[in-house]
Formats: sequence, structure tokens, C-alpha cells
Amino acid sequence: MATEEHTGIGASVLRKEDRRFITGVGRYTDDIQISGQTYAAFARSLWARARIEKLDTQAAAAMPGVIGVLTGTDMAADGLGGLPCGWLVKSKDGSDMQQPEHPPLAHAQLNFVGDAFAIVIADTEKQAQNAARALEQSIEVTELTPIVSLEGAADSAPIHEALSSNVCYDWEIGDKAATQAGFAIADHVIEVELSNNRLIPNAMEPRAAIAEYSTGTDDITIYTTSQNPHLVRLILAAFVQLAPEHKLRVIAPDVGGGFGSKIFVYSEEVSVAWAAKKLRRPVRWTATRSEAFLTDAHGRDHLTKARLALDSKGKFLAMHVATKANLGAYLSTFASSVPTYLYGTLMAGQYATPAIYVEVQGIFTNTCPVDAYRGAGRPEATFVVERLVEVAAHQLRADPAELRRLNFIKPEQFPYETPVALVYDTGNYEASLGKALRHADYEGFKVRKEEAAHRGKLRGIGFSCYIEACGLAPSQLAMNLGAGVGLWESAEIRVNPTGSVAVFTGSHSHGQGHETTFAQVVSNTLGVPFDQVEVVHGDTGRLDFGLGTYGSRSIAVGGSALIRASEKIIAKGKRIAAHLLNASVDEIDFSDGVFSVQASNQSATFAEVAFAAYIPNNVPTDEVEPGLAEKAFYDPENFTYPAGTHICEVEVDPETGKIDIVQFIAVDDFGEVINPMIVEGQVHGGLTQGIGQALFEHGVYDESGQLVTGSYMDYCMPRADDLPSYVVDTTVTPCTHNPLGVKGCGEAGAIGAPAAVVNAVTHATGTKDISMPLHSEKVWRSLQRKRRAA
Amino acid sequence: MQIQLTVNNTVHRLDVPDSALLVEVLRGQLGLTGTHIGCDTSQCGACVVHVDGRSVKSCTMLAAQADGQEVITIEGLAAGEALHPMQDAFRNCHGLQCGFCTPGMIMSAVELVQRSPGLTEAEVRKGLEGNICRCTGYQNIVKAVLEGASGMNAPAAS
Repeated sequence: MATEEHTGIGASVLRKEDRRFITGVGRYTDDIQISGQTYAAFARSLWARARIEKLDTQAAAAMPGVIGVLTGTDMAADGLGGLPCGWLVKSKDGSDMQQPEHPPLAHAQLNFVGDAFAIVIADTEKQAQNAARALEQSIEVTELTPIVSLEGAADSAPIHEALSSNVCYDWEIGDKAATQAGFAIADHVIEVELSNNRLIPNAMEPRAAIAEYSTGTDDITIYTTSQNPHLVRLILAAFVQLAPEHKLRVIAPDVGGGFGSKIFVYSEEVSVAWAAKKLRRPVRWTATRSEAFLTDAHGRDHLTKARLALDSKGKFLAMHVATKANLGAYLSTFASSVPTYLYGTLMAGQYATPAIYVEVQGIFTNTCPVDAYRGAGRPEATFVVERLVEVAAHQLRADPAELRRLNFIKPEQFPYETPVALVYDTGNYEASLGKALRHADYEGFKVRKEEAAHRGKLRGIGFSCYIEACGLAPSQLAMNLGAGVGLWESAEIRVNPTGSVAVFTGSHSHGQGHETTFAQVVSNTLGVPFDQVEVVHGDTGRLDFGLGTYGSRSIAVGGSALIRASEKIIAKGKRIAAHLLNASVDEIDFSDGVFSVQASNQSATFAEVAFAAYIPNNVPTDEVEPGLAEKAFYDPENFTYPAGTHICEVEVDPETGKIDIVQFIAVDDFGEVINPMIVEGQVHGGLTQGIGQALFEHGVYDESGQLVTGSYMDYCMPRADDLPSYVVDTTVTPCTHNPLGVKGCGEAGAIGAPAAVVNAVTHATGTKDISMPLHSEKVWRSLQRKRRAA
Repeated sequence: MQIQLTVNNTVHRLDVPDSALLVEVLRGQLGLTGTHIGCDTSQCGACVVHVDGRSVKSCTMLAAQADGQEVITIEGLAAGEALHPMQDAFRNCHGLQCGFCTPGMIMSAVELVQRSPGLTEAEVRKGLEGNICRCTGYQNIVKAVLEGASGMNAPAAS
């Protein structure tokens, strides 16, 4: 139960941030007003692929209210650099991936519908939009043949003339020879062909940016909807070369959801900041939902052929996975890493498969760039592994739970090194499966199936035993694999003279509730009352640096940094307490917010020590500086490995193909949990996105490269009446290598759910020729094919 | 054109463009930024307010159409410092994460309960069909609406 009293680690503390949101006084980017502000709109490509021949801006510039029209050519003339991709992936032959130019505003070629080529600044939003639409009509282009379908794109003429082909990289991981040897001795070989549907992230707050240039100081302040404002500043300074880093301040205020799509640096915030400096006026832009559909980096979009080799007893011998991953028209900020290091490395799943070989081609197409979306690579990997296992169980007539159990990595095998480069530190997969089976009343399924059959319904049950690698990432390892930056996290704790505490974290909260959970951690560690701890994030002007929030890393990496900073505060506090209490440092203990001298009744509270810290004569200045503030960086030793079992039970109406989820159980091992209420909420949200992928959502382009699912009329978002109430539970094996024993929980639902749903539906229908999303029509057609074949 | 709106019990005489949507006037001219814009097809429900007691997507209504009417936004729901029972319930039940859909969700929920006080879970889910949330998976929102309904129906709240 949620509580106002107990606020320590493990308590379901109600959220500090809620009051402003439920009373309508949150402060999102679009809520910010700046004196003298102007409005931006972007002129965008109406074509999937076209060469710009002529762009005359005079007519648009003369339209009512227009202050300026700036084009990609203007931007190039100002020497601005392109948008970089932060992870260099190498192909099998050792060559670097192919990277197309990615100018923030296109000046030569348009490469997807929505590709921006000019920014219009006007007195009102409507005036800016009207002029942008006029530019879209007047630009003269030569239409080029677009490459839209992923299937044939690798062998088609390159969409970027400077590249040799549409293959960005042809990557591999694992032992090919050992895998072939495994197949050679197999008693059974299971084969599947899978598509992992393109998803459009749809955070409810559209992306937005406001930039203000100060002519007096040459500073630019940018408010933007970012999951990692320091990364935005770094890229704008180092790559785009908009301004030196110390002249840029990036603020991500309240951000209305991200799910990965707000990690990346986009054309729009670059262009808005550049325009503000050029025109010396504040410039603001907020995406329409239509723009969000067209330009927020999409997710998933894989085609995969996978094979699993088993012996006569059902033991896995080897796995081979070959995937084509759609990267879209340009490389988005982390696009290259998602279908490789966040995907191929996860193919062991929860199983002790001795040999695995994964090949991935990253492929350019004339579609919106594809990058990390909640789960990022790991949902795709889980889908491959768990579909293979399900089909294997079906073909071998094995119980799907038992087949999984037979192949699990056993608790005594940890730490376990997989054939695909990861070392799982800990886990107990049997425990989460067992608990999930009990919640699901697996024993009673047969009776329920028979009962459903009497009502004319097909009932099925599906499993997904997923694993994810979270807590990105050990910096040395990540950089060895091509990451452009270390992936540590920073924390600073400033203790005020009155003993209240400000916590500065590089993690960004956009729904995760860090203002609450991080305060719980610091309150617990320093013994300071929960309401005396303020968490500050999302402003490069207030904290040194940070890597932001993605990959379920906040508590595992950002939270660990808080512990390190707290330890330094306590260490310094002990020195000051020793000075105050005339004792030696070694004699000082600290617990529950009190410094005390061992074997005496002398003590000083945390607040007393804090006050003393700001009075130099109370501080041993030969040992420490006055004041009580400490910084720490935490670089994780390893990834964390949340894992669990999701079970979905469905009823399918054979007459209509309609699917009803009758129960959904998620038992997850997130290690230690700081705030169970928040963790459960994260699971609910993740599951819904996973079920959305399995049943409803699909980003579809037509042959000409037009996005045909570009609004909520066409792209089916999960709604309240589409979903069941979930049963959510946990098991705990604490992470062995971070101070909190935590693993992270943000993505698990989206990772585990799709396979559980699809496995349940195919279990019910006895067909396997359906691809996500499982719309009723597809299910019905699949049943008709089966009926005709019988 | 000139219109008169009573917003959160304050009368405003406003000069608005003929084509201005109610949500644009609330956010832009009146600075009531709690009402959000999440889409451009009247699907998401982030902009729901009450107009003469009925929940309305304020992106589907011209400001001119609301002339002479009484508008309540999320900022006007609480009675001073005391939160409305539905606001309390959203916090108690962790019915929000990023908070962006929350104002519209709460305004829809309040009217849903006013219209039919004895709602079941299934009716709440059906009743919230016009409000999209990407964070919560709706489970805690549904819980909050049921708890908020109890609070609204309790004698002390009326």
C-alpha cells in the first residue's frame, strides 16, 4: 500500500512530482513563454526520395507575419555540421559502417517524407505554418525512385549516392563454426521467419524546442523535450558546432514521456537554436502530432530468419539468427547499436544454449530513421528466442513451460558467460517461471480451454521468459564495442547549512518518478527526512554532466552514483563531527542521520554537522574544505540483467478472429526494488506497449514511401478498454555489482509481452503464419488457411 | 471577435480570432497551460475541459462557440488548497507518470462519474476510450477513477 509515513528504500511512497501534474501546473516546454518570442514551422519533404533542384524563398518570405526563411543551403553556408551517430559498428570484414551525411536541414536531397529542408520563423504559429506549406508546394525537385521495402533494399541501388550500397553494416556475433557443428548433430531443427513490426513511439507530449539567444553574452538557452540534455549540448557544440559548449545551456523541463524517442538529437532543436541566433529573436516550435508520426525516430522493423537445433531430449544445441534491420533514411543518434549490441548479444535469453551465431544487416530505406524505442533491440531478441522455443515445444509436442525449464541457466551456473559476449551476474529463472505458473493456475488451463470450447472460443496460453541487459553500460566495454562516449552517470549532493539536501543527477525523469525514488535513496542513506531532499535534473546549467535516461539505467547507474556521493558526504561529515566532538575520525560512527563517538554519549546530528560545515572555525580546514557538497561518477562494472516470465492467456473467436486477453501475468526479477508502487506502474506501461505491438500498432509506408499510419485515426494506440488488468509480481536476486542491488525495470514489460501474446494466440489457433500486429482479420485469415488445408 | 468566457469562476472578455480553438485561447491568451495539446485529430483527450458541466475536447471547439459559457479547466478543479477527490485518487493510486495526459484524464473522469456514479471497472475503461495514455497502461488510472468515484459520491465531498 502507498504510504505517507514510511519513506525508505522498499516503501511505496507517493510521488513528490504528482501535485503539480494533477493541478495543471506542470511546466512542459510548450508551456514556457518568452518575451519577444517568434514561432517556427518546418517545410518538409512530401516525397520519399527527391533531388532538390530549386528552392525560391522570396514568396514565402513575403507572406504575412514571416520574419525569416532559412534553408538547408543557408545552414550549410554557415558551416553547421551534420547530426552524428554515436556508435560505430563494424562489419564482419572489419570495415566501419557506412554513414550518410545527415544535415539537420536537407540542401541537396530529400530522403524521407517529413525530411525538413527549411525553417520558417513568423509572428504566429499559423503564419509560420502557412509559409512552410507554401515552400513545400513551390520547391522544385526531381523525384527519384524510393527504396521503401526492407525486403529488397540491400540489393537495390543506394539511396545515398555517396555510399556503395544500402547496407550500413553486415555485423556478426558468436561462433559460426560451433553453431554449424551444433546443427550438424541436431535431432530436431526448428525454423521460423519473423517480422518485428515498425512502431511509432507516441510519447503523449509532442517534441518541442524553444531557443533564446542573448546578444549581450552570446549565450544560447534551449528548452527542449529531451531525455538527456547534456548529450544535446555536447552534440550541438562538438558536432553541429552551433556554439561552444560553455555558451549553450540546455534545459529539459517537465517532459511528457519519451520511451527512447527523446534521447536523440533531431533537426528541429538544432534549427530552432540556429535560427534564434541568426534572427536574434527567441524562436519556439512544437511538433504537431502529424509531425511526430513522420519524424520521431521509429522503433523495431526487423525481418528475421532463425533456427534452433535441439537434441532428442529437447536440449538446445545451437541457434542461428539472420536479421535485416531497417535503419530508415539516416543514422539516428544511437541507431546503429540497437539491432547489434542491444540485440544480438541477448540471443541466449534465459537458456544455456552452447553455441549461437547472429548476423545482422543494418539497411537504409527512404523511411523515417529507426532508433531505440522502449526495450531497444531486446524486445526484438526476446521475440526471436521465445517464438523459436514456442514453435519447438509445439513441434516436439513438449510442454512449453517444461521445455523452457529444461534449458534454463541454473541458479548455480552464475556468473554465466553466454556465447554472445555477456556475463550474467545473477538470476533465478525457475523461480519467476514457477511463481508465474502459480498465478496463472497453469494446472487448470486444460479445464478452462474445454470450457471455452463449449462457448465456441479457442483458448491459448503463451509464455515469454525474457532477459534484458540494462544499466548501460561499463564505459570501457561500451567504447571497445564502438560507443562514442562513456556511459557512466554523475551525481552531486549539496547539503545546505540547515541540513536539507539538494541532489543533482544526470538521469532525467520524464514519468519515471526519480524526484521520489532518488529522494528515497538519499533520505535512507543520509538519514535526512524525505521531504528535506530535493532532486534536481534536466538542466545543463545546474549540474556538471550526465548521460540521461534510457535503457532502464536510471536507478542502476544514476542511483549508484547517488550512493557514491552519499558515501563521500558521510566521510566528510565524520571529519567535521570528529572536530566538533573532539574525537578522532576513526571513533565516529554514522547511522540514522546521527554522527556519534563510539563508546560515549557524544553525538551530532546530520543537520548540526551540516551547519558546522559552513562555519570555517568548526571545520578541520587542514583536512577538508568548508562546505558539505560532494560529486561522484559511477561507472558500472557490468550490465544488469533483469529477467522474468510473462504469461498471457487469450480467447480467440474463430468466427471473427477477435482476440480477448483473459489474463496477463508478469513476474519480474528487478533485483532490489526502491518503490514497489512505481515499479509496478512501469511494468503496467511497458506491458501495454508490448501488447500494443503484438495486437494493434504498426507503422506502415505505402510503395511510394508515404506514411499511411500518420495519425491516431490510422495508428492504433492501445486504449483502456482494449486491455485487461495485469497481475504483477516479483522475485528478487539482487544485482551483485552495484551498491543498491538493483537491475532496472523500465523496459521489461515491452520486452516480454509481445512474445507472450503471440505465443498465446498461436497456441489457441494452432497456426504460426501470422505476423504482428495480430489484427482480427489476419487471425481469421490464418484460421481459414488452416481450415482449407485440413 | 469579442467573446465572454467564465473560466474557473473568473469572467474574461476576450478578443479572439474567429478561427481560434478554445484550447488555444485557454493556453495562449489565458495562460492556463494545464490543458494540453497531444494530437491534431481530436483523439488523445489531453485537452479535455468542462464547458457548462460537460466534458469537451477543447481542440474540437471554437472559442467563439463557448461564448457566454462556463469553462472549468484542471486549474479550477481543486477548491483552493483542497484537491478534488479525483485529483487525490490519481495521486493515491499512482494514476499518472509523465503527467501529460493527466489533466484531460482527470477532467474526463470527473464528468464520467458525475454522469453515472455507480461505474464498474469495465464501464470506466469504456468511458475513457477518448483519452490516450502512453505511460500507465491505464490500470492505475482505472483504479483511480473508481477510488475518485467513491470520494465524489461520499457525503463529505458533496
